[in-house]
This record gives sequence, C-alpha cells and structure tokens, in this order.
Amino acid sequence: MSSTSLSAVRSWRPSLPRRHVPVLATLALLLVMYGIGVSQYRAFSNVQVVFNVFIDNGFLLVVAVGMTFVILTGGIDLSVGSVVAMTAMVSAALLRAGLPAALVLVVALLIGPTLGFLMGCAIHFFEIQPFIVTLAGMFFARGMCTFISDSSISITDGFWTGMSQERIGDPAGNFVSISVLIAFAVVLVAAYVLAYTRFGRNVYAVGGNAQSALLMGLPVARTRIAVYTISGLCSAIGGILLSFYTLSGAPLIAVGMELDVIAAVVIGGTVLTGGSGYVFGTVLGVLVLGVIQTLITFDGSLNSWWTKIVIGGLLFAFILLQRLIGIRFK
Amino acid sequence: MTGDRPVLTMTGISKTFPGVRALHDVDFRLFPGEVHALMGENGAGKSTLIKVLTGVYGTDAGTVTLDGEQVSFTGPMQAAAAGVSTVYQEVNLCTNLSVAENIFIGREPRRLGAVRWGEMRRRARDLLARLDLDLDVSAQLGTFSLAVQQMVAIARAIDVRARVLILDEPTSSLDAGEVAQLFRIMRQLRDEGIAILFVTHFLDQVYGIADRITVLRNGALVGEYRTGELPQFSLVEKMIGQELDVLERLDEQQKRATVALDGQAPLVDAEEVGRRGAVAPFSLRIHAGEVVGLAGLLGSGRTEVARLIFGADRADHGQVRTDGARSPLRTPIHAIDQGIGFCSENRRAEGIVPELSVRENMILAMQAARGWLRPIPRRRQDELVQKYVEALSIRPANPELPVRNLSGGNQQKVLLARWLITEPRLLILDEPTRGIDVGAKAEIQKLVVQLSDGGMAVLFISAELEEVLRLSHRVAVMRDREMVAQLTNDDTLDADRVMRTIASGTPREEVTR
Repeated sequence: MSSTSLSAVRSWRPSLPRRHVPVLATLALLLVMYGIGVSQYRAFSNVQVVFNVFIDNGFLLVVAVGMTFVILTGGIDLSVGSVVAMTAMVSAALLRAGLPAALVLVVALLIGPTLGFLMGCAIHFFEIQPFIVTLAGMFFARGMCTFISDSSISITDGFWTGMSQERIGDPAGNFVSISVLIAFAVVLVAAYVLAYTRFGRNVYAVGGNAQSALLMGLPVARTRIAVYTISGLCSAIGGILLSFYTLSGAPLIAVGMELDVIAAVVIGGTVLTGGSGYVFGTVLGVLVLGVIQTLITFDGSLNSWWTKIVIGGLLFAFILLQRLIGIRFK
Repeated sequence: MTGDRPVLTMTGISKTFPGVRALHDVDFRLFPGEVHALMGENGAGKSTLIKVLTGVYGTDAGTVTLDGEQVSFTGPMQAAAAGVSTVYQEVNLCTNLSVAENIFIGREPRRLGAVRWGEMRRRARDLLARLDLDLDVSAQLGTFSLAVQQMVAIARAIDVRARVLILDEPTSSLDAGEVAQLFRIMRQLRDEGIAILFVTHFLDQVYGIADRITVLRNGALVGEYRTGELPQFSLVEKMIGQELDVLERLDEQQKRATVALDGQAPLVDAEEVGRRGAVAPFSLRIHAGEVVGLAGLLGSGRTEVARLIFGADRADHGQVRTDGARSPLRTPIHAIDQGIGFCSENRRAEGIVPELSVRENMILAMQAARGWLRPIPRRRQDELVQKYVEALSIRPANPELPVRNLSGGNQQKVLLARWLITEPRLLILDEPTRGIDVGAKAEIQKLVVQLSDGGMAVLFISAELEEVLRLSHRVAVMRDREMVAQLTNDDTLDADRVMRTIASGTPREEVTR
C-alpha cells in the first residue's frame, strides 16, 4: 500500500475550508446589507454611521467575545446580560457611596469573573448542564441588581462622565468613543489568545471532543472553568462600558441581552456544538445586528421590533447553514 | 531482531473490581523491537492489563518495571511522558482540529508563549514522512478517513519518543488495504527498536505481524509463545479453553447451496432502490429461510443498503415491498410492522441503551411494536428474557444488570435478542461479529444458521469474507456504493472470487492531490 492510495481514501476534499464558510457567509451578508443601506439612504454612506454602530454596540461586542470562548467549548452562558447589569449597578452604587473610581473599577471587574469561575466549577466538577448552571447565575445576578436598588442610580463621577464624553475623532469630524477602543483591544487580545496560545487551542480541542482532549492529556478542567471566568470578565467589562454609555445603573437594563449575544456569536459562524468559530466572525455577527438596527432606524416607518424579526430569521438561516455544512461533511 | 533484555516487565499483577477478579497474578514482558500480541476473549483481562500498565487503574498486587526501574504511572499522560504511548480502538483525536495540531496539541512548539504554526506544520510533515504518509497537515482531521486518522494517532504517539507503543484494537474499523498500511508502519517502528503491544480480535493479523503472543483467559495468564511455535488452532483453544467443536462443526458444514426457492415469492423485494449520495439503485430479493450476505469494502455502501431496506433512510429512487404490505416500506415502524428487524453496526450509538438493564434493552423493540399503551406483563418479559439469555448464553446471566456492564460480545447478543423476541421474518445483521471474541462470534454464526433453518430470512453484512461465505446462500457484492454482483454461494464460489469481484471492473480512480 503506497501512501498515495491512502490519501485517496480521504472522503471529501473541500475547495474552500469548511470552517470558513459560515464566516464568509456572514461577511457577504454584512456587505449586502451595507450596500442596501447605502443605495437606499444617502446619509448611510457617512463614515460616522459605521462608527455609530460600533459606539452603540461596543459593550455587546465585548460580551460576545466572552460568549465565543464559552460556545467554542460547546457550552453556553445565559448569565451575561444579568452580570452586565449587576456590574453597572454595583459601580453606580459604590460611586454614589463615594468610593474612588479606581477602586470601584477593580471591584466591578472582579465580580463577574468570580461568578463565572464558580459557575465553571459547578459545570465541570458536578457535571451539570451549563444551561442550567448559568440560568441560576442569571437569576442570581438579576436578583442582586434589585437587591442593590430597585430603581435606577445615576452616575455623576468625573472619571465616568469623562469616559462617556471623550471623543476620539479624525479631522473630518467623525469620532468613536473610548468604549470602542476598549472593545477593539478586547477583540485583538481574544483573537490572539485563541489562535496562538495553548489555552486557546485547548478551547477548540475541548469543544471538538472533550473526551479525546482528556485522553490527549489536555487540561480540560482548567480550560472549561477558564472560559466561564473569561465570559464573566468580558461581561464585567461590558457592564462598565454600558455604564459609560448610559451613565447609570438600572436593575432592568440588558434584560434578554444574553440572547442577542448568542445570536451574534452564532450568526458570526461559531457552531453551537463547539470546536469551530472565530472572534472575527463574532465581530461580524455583532455588526450584522448593529446594521439591521441602523437600517430600521433609517427607514423610520418600521417598528423597532422588526429588528427582532429580522434577527430571528437570520439566526434560523445561519443555524440551517451550519447544519447543512455539517451534513455534507458527514 | 528482538533484544535480549525486556524493556517492560509486569510481574504478578492482580486487580480486583467489586465482585470481579479482573486479573490474577499475571506476568507479561515486552522486548524492544518486537510486536507482541496480547490475546484473549472479551473479558479475559486484556484491557485491564493495559489500563494497569498505563496507570488508568492502580494494582492490588504486582510490579511494573520499565528499563529495569520500577514504575507506577498515575495516568496515560505520565506513562506517555515516560515513553509508554497508547493508541486506542476509537480514535481519540479532535476531528475539528488540523492534522498538525492533533499531533502536537499539548506540546506545541512555542516562542514566548505563542504557538509557532509554521514550525508545527513542518515538524508534522517530517513525522508523517517517517510513516510514509503525505497529507495536507493543515487540513482538518475530520476530512480524512478513519484509517488516516488512526495513522495520525500513531504519529502523535511515537512523537513523544515512545519506547513502548500500545495499539488497542487499531484495526477493527480498517479495511484490508488500510490494515496492510498500518502493518507496514508497525514493522518499521519495530525495526527502529520500539516495542509494540498489539491487541486484536483478528487471528490472521496476529500471524501476519506478531513475533510473540501472550494469551490471557479469565484474568489469568495462559502462557507466552513464539508465534511460529503456536499453530492458529491451538491459539484459539488456549483462548477459549475448550475444544473447538463449535467452530469445527460450522467449518465442516456443507456449502450452503441455494435452498429450493423456485416459484417462491420473495419475502422482501427491493426494486431499483437507491438514494443519491448514499447508494446507486439496486434490486435485491430476499426469500424466507435465505441468508443473503453483503460483502464489500468499508464504505462501499453495505450499511446504506441495509438502512434503505429498513426505511431508516428514505429512498429517492425505487421502492421496497414485502409480501404482506399493501404499500411500499417507507419508515422503520412500517418495516418492523412487516417483520423486519435491524441490528445496527454501531451498537453503542444506535442500538444499546447503556443505562437500561439487559431485560429492558431486550424488550424495547417488542414493546415498540405493541405500542406503548399495551405494556408487556412483567412475567411475560421475564420468560422471554430468560429464554434468550439462555439461548444466546449471555453472561453474566443477570437480566437486571445495566447493559453497559457487559462486554462487547454480550451487548451484541442482547441486541440480537431484542430483535429475535419480535420474531422477525427478515433480520438485518450489520457487522454483528465485529470486535467480539472468537467464542461469541461462533455462537452468533451458529445462531444465524439455526434461524435460517427455521425459516427466517437474514441479510448478513460483514467485512470478513470467510464469515459471509460460511453463512450465506447468496452473496451480494458492493463496490463504490453500487451493487455490482449477486453470486450464488455454490462450490465455485470462494473468498478469492468474491475478492476479485470486489476489486475487478474499473473502479473509479480517486483523484489524488
């Protein structure tokens, strides 16, 4: 038997790597939607429109990056929306109590990862479904919001208002907020970690086949707990960015956000069963959601619920696409 | 070829699980540069011995020495680091990662913490070149056949500077060509001085490659032999520990020439049935009391044929009729109604429900046929189950045991019993003897003969030609997802002719890159 005969056994040779198809589909969709916007509305071609999509969705992007880690291992994190709200609430409450901004930041950034770490431990060591553990986390964090205050707390701290109003712009007058830069930084770090570190590769391995990963001697426990911790950290950062954006903490903010985040990640081409996907895809997924919103705002006559309807349709289409690729692959 | 000092010795190994004495005072030694086959029936203690060696289990008594030093591994990883690598029967790799990553993950070449992808791919190519494999190392592992995946697993195992390579039933899902390729690699590694421990159920393979054989039976050592000094026949005797009357009787049996079928209406009549992408349209008639064998290479469409007849996949061409049905068969429920049973090849994923007891697994199909609103009385269940536990000699003979506690061969028998209870008119057996030991295999073959003598039709799918020829009245040959021939199993038919039929014609040349 020569080696050539064995390579011939290879069942299906993709001309395009299979794992890139969903991301490319999302990219094409985004370009088409942007094209529609530009052709329909003159103001749409303004660069600031794109920047605004980032400004309005910076916190969503950060949280979606964290969710990408979790979904890549085949898990899910339903607690992110509540953790975002809780982080904003805690920040607002502590600032109102007169604590210095730096201390508040540290505390706020610790709560999310701690909760994520605990959920990760529960999921791994007690072998409980991530769905139910993070559902519990979701109720817990949401309850904590109301426990802190049942009404919204506004933020007047100088650092916060500074971050909120700071505009980084080009000579033409287009600008982005600090939040956008922070979100970009998170994206770049996450992309590097996933592609170039052992931990990142272990995330893919665990998502591909946790049993095999274990037998190959990979630290499955550590990886699994770490992704929920990272998701918690990203939610905390997202919460801070949201509080920059709204300059308040409100107990009922970001309700249902976890579902938008999951939708963005899946539309971005990450497979829900784990093991396949990219942070870059998640960026595209968030942009798709943002551009849909913008399109509907530009139209003016459409109810904002159309956003949800379109997202629903797209999500369905993308899951179908993933499934079809999976079947063809089989 | 064989060194004079063993690289690995295991002395006086004993291991007891609650209620089971898995190993008792077993000695085992492995020399550098040899292929050593570990033989025994299912449950003889082969897997336990390997798991003790690699540290998955601790021992109750006994010592393991590697290169003269006593070792006690705490797990497969530590064993691998010390030079004892294992490749398991099921390929334990991540199909979503690239070939290169699967070889190196966990020990990727890095600079300042960053994975060096270029370097990793280069080293993967070098390593695979050593095994004479030319693969696109950046392609996803899942795009390759199981055989290639197995080679990649071996590449991963030998890269950790292995001195001992354990291959636990690596060939059970490979076809003949792939096995040859694997053997070539094994010989090469052996010549490089690696000691290979090889576990398989295929006797021919043992004689094809092993230098030495150690036989276990019921957790005890039977003996260590040079392959040349132990005839195949005595090997089987030593494994089973009894006379080989069962096998012999089957062998002596006359060719199962065609039963008188003239004028008899077929029980199942598949006419030009096909499904795009799965199998080209074929026609197949199966009569009562007839055993039809389905031969062909792995992936030639054997299972697809069975699934179409059973209605598990929907045919997009042609139809399947049974004599009793008014309309063509479309769904498994319909097929079961018409007295067709299907034992899947994939008993873990599609057949056995591991958490349920033997009894519950057995009555599943019958209960489904009756409808869930008419439960089978417990006493009737016990009768039926008892009857088949005895008839198939399922061990342990405790119907309330969860099926996952049974060995592979016994699980297969439970699956068989599940369908036999429904008293099917046609039983489809897809690889019923794969991965089970000689004794159980002979029993299942005997059963097939009995069933067909009793008037049941059987569609028998197996990768082992010998077995197909022994049991079938007719043999349908599959090649490249096409049924290329239906041969009557008379005196002129032998394995060689079937093989030539499988190989002959003009198989489409696969495009290689």
